[in-house]
Amino acid sequence: MDQLSLAAFDYDVAHLASALVLLAAFGLLYQRRLPGMINLFALQSAALGTAAAWQAWMQDATQLYATAAIVWTLKAGAVPVGLHWLIRRLHSTRTVETVLGIGPTMLAGVGLIALAVLMVTPIGATRSALTREELALALSVILLGLLIMITRRHAVSQVIGFMCIENGVTLAVVGVKGMPLVVEMSVAFSVMVACILFGIFFFHIRERFDTLDLHFLESFRGEDR
Amino acid sequence: MTVLALLLLVPTGAAVLLAFVREDTFAALLNVAACAGTFAISCALLLDRPPVTELWLVDDFNAYLIVLTTFVMTTTAVFSAGYMAREVAAGHLPRGALRVYHALYQALNGAMLLAMVANNIGLLWVAIEAATLITVVMVSLSRTRESIEAAWKYFILGSVGIALALFGTVLVYLAAQPVIGGGLEAMAWTALQARAQGFSPAVLDLAFVFLLVGYGTKVGLAPVHAWLPDAHAEGPTPVSAVLSGLLLNTALYALLRFKMVLAASGAAATPGPLMIALGLGSLLFAGLMLYRRRDLKRFFAYSSIEHMGIMTFAFGLGGVLANFAGLLHMAAHSLVKSAIFFAVGGITQLKGTRQIAGLSGITVSHPALGWGLVLAVVAIAGAPPFGIFTSEFLMVTSAFPRAPALGVPFALGLLIGLAALALRLQHIAFGAATPSTSPRAHATAVVPLYVHVGLALIAGLWLPATLAAWFGAVARLLG
Repeated sequence: MDQLSLAAFDYDVAHLASALVLLAAFGLLYQRRLPGMINLFALQSAALGTAAAWQAWMQDATQLYATAAIVWTLKAGAVPVGLHWLIRRLHSTRTVETVLGIGPTMLAGVGLIALAVLMVTPIGATRSALTREELALALSVILLGLLIMITRRHAVSQVIGFMCIENGVTLAVVGVKGMPLVVEMSVAFSVMVACILFGIFFFHIRERFDTLDLHFLESFRGEDR
Repeated sequence: MTVLALLLLVPTGAAVLLAFVREDTFAALLNVAACAGTFAISCALLLDRPPVTELWLVDDFNAYLIVLTTFVMTTTAVFSAGYMAREVAAGHLPRGALRVYHALYQALNGAMLLAMVANNIGLLWVAIEAATLITVVMVSLSRTRESIEAAWKYFILGSVGIALALFGTVLVYLAAQPVIGGGLEAMAWTALQARAQGFSPAVLDLAFVFLLVGYGTKVGLAPVHAWLPDAHAEGPTPVSAVLSGLLLNTALYALLRFKMVLAASGAAATPGPLMIALGLGSLLFAGLMLYRRRDLKRFFAYSSIEHMGIMTFAFGLGGVLANFAGLLHMAAHSLVKSAIFFAVGGITQLKGTRQIAGLSGITVSHPALGWGLVLAVVAIAGAPPFGIFTSEFLMVTSAFPRAPALGVPFALGLLIGLAALALRLQHIAFGAATPSTSPRAHATAVVPLYVHVGLALIAGLWLPATLAAWFGAVARLLG
């Protein structure tokens, strides 16, 4: 294979992995069943790990292999297993109420992706096409994660929405050339701490309210009850 | 060992140590001692500034904030020693909560100091993330339904904000990387500021939007403020004092550093209009919300949103005078608002309620505490001769000549807040005294209260020349 087609191949694989992350985010937006959401999140994280590993190979950046390993083991492995265990243990409801219907939610999702592309366009000529498109994909995943958080009321699905946002940020981090390890380490660190905290929280929420459905939180306005 | 290393190691070491101390009284004393130690170290830092390195930076901007942070942490530790002991005695906290609390208090101290001295946008982000996680646990300490709800809300909103801020941070690196080259250098404040002219303005603009929404959530700006009143109301009062007085300032500090980079780049669109809109919105919204509050801690939490709005407005307006006023306001608000929470903590413990309706005649039943509260509220309302009057006066006078259309709603917002404070203060401080559990106010609440109010008074009457020179230098860099 000559140099040019190899470069094109590199580009395609990088795109494929990132696009899979985005596709999984769309799946999360669509999925109402909790176990399904957790599996989709695992798939998304696996795709993210692949994207990171591919970037590591392309950029010849060793630290990105570490990021890929962290994403694979933690986000694609430990976290989904833990969440499955948690919802079994808590006998939580399997399906989640969404605030909007599926149709409007998907339309809003498409709108957000258009917004992401528009926001990234001005970056334009100064950067390589790959960086720009990676950034548009990452921003789309972040915005979809926000939408998931807004449209779900269940604590676990909100957490998945939050981790979807984190996946989007990580996708941006691996797409930018030569970002020092500081950030990847901190992302991994924060996910770990966040998981521990989330776990504690679930138990306390369970203990206090006997449900993980958070819509009752909306009645809480402090003194205005 | 350098002074800077000591500044970070003392709180970290104390946090680890306190996690193992089971004797509550001793832990509280150790907590005060560790805070006083960091305060002493930060003063030493002022006298002999360490050189700027790849990771660490102490300059005109953060020097005063470091001293302010360690000082307020120390006085709050004194207040907390008495307050938390009484909370435990009253059965408001579960067993063993104090051990966690003291360890987290020092960890928070360390995290905020790390955020201040970091010369690296990634390290700053890690520190603010850590501070957020620490305060989430502190808010949930009492394990009541309300406190867990408040902590959950804070956690979710704070995490989303932090994630968006990281995306903004990545974008800043993306802008810097072609000019500076990769590596740590492209994440250092010093390098970012010095070479910002070459950065792509489009990337910087996009980055600032994410940074403003992300760190703005931590600053407590409307409409992403929803966590703030709950967290302030449900957390232990010393935590409210630290949240309002210091953590909001730390997030604002991060935002201002990024604004400096944008100002230095020249080509990027000014972040002014966005900051003005958010600041003015927060000021007016929180000002109106003050009238509907019936819970004393929530009332002052909304007042914090209002003041963060005032500062954001001033920095958004820009120019040396408005920036100078904003920096002064950061310091004065920090002192006065934590003083108010000391008073509020003392009052709610004496009266056994946080509902404003059940609080009346504090100056009659407890003159020292009551008049301290009156002075602090007068100061926060922006009345002369306190520091907040000076800063708000400077803001109004710099807003009107440059943008009368902005000056009018700004002045109106200040008046709305002032009237609400006067209305509530009149009810709480004067009139017939409601019954209280003890005839004497606690010294650990009263002494720090007067120290803070005294300093805010000095800031209004006479600003040390060195401090004024620093403010001036930073104000020019802020653009």
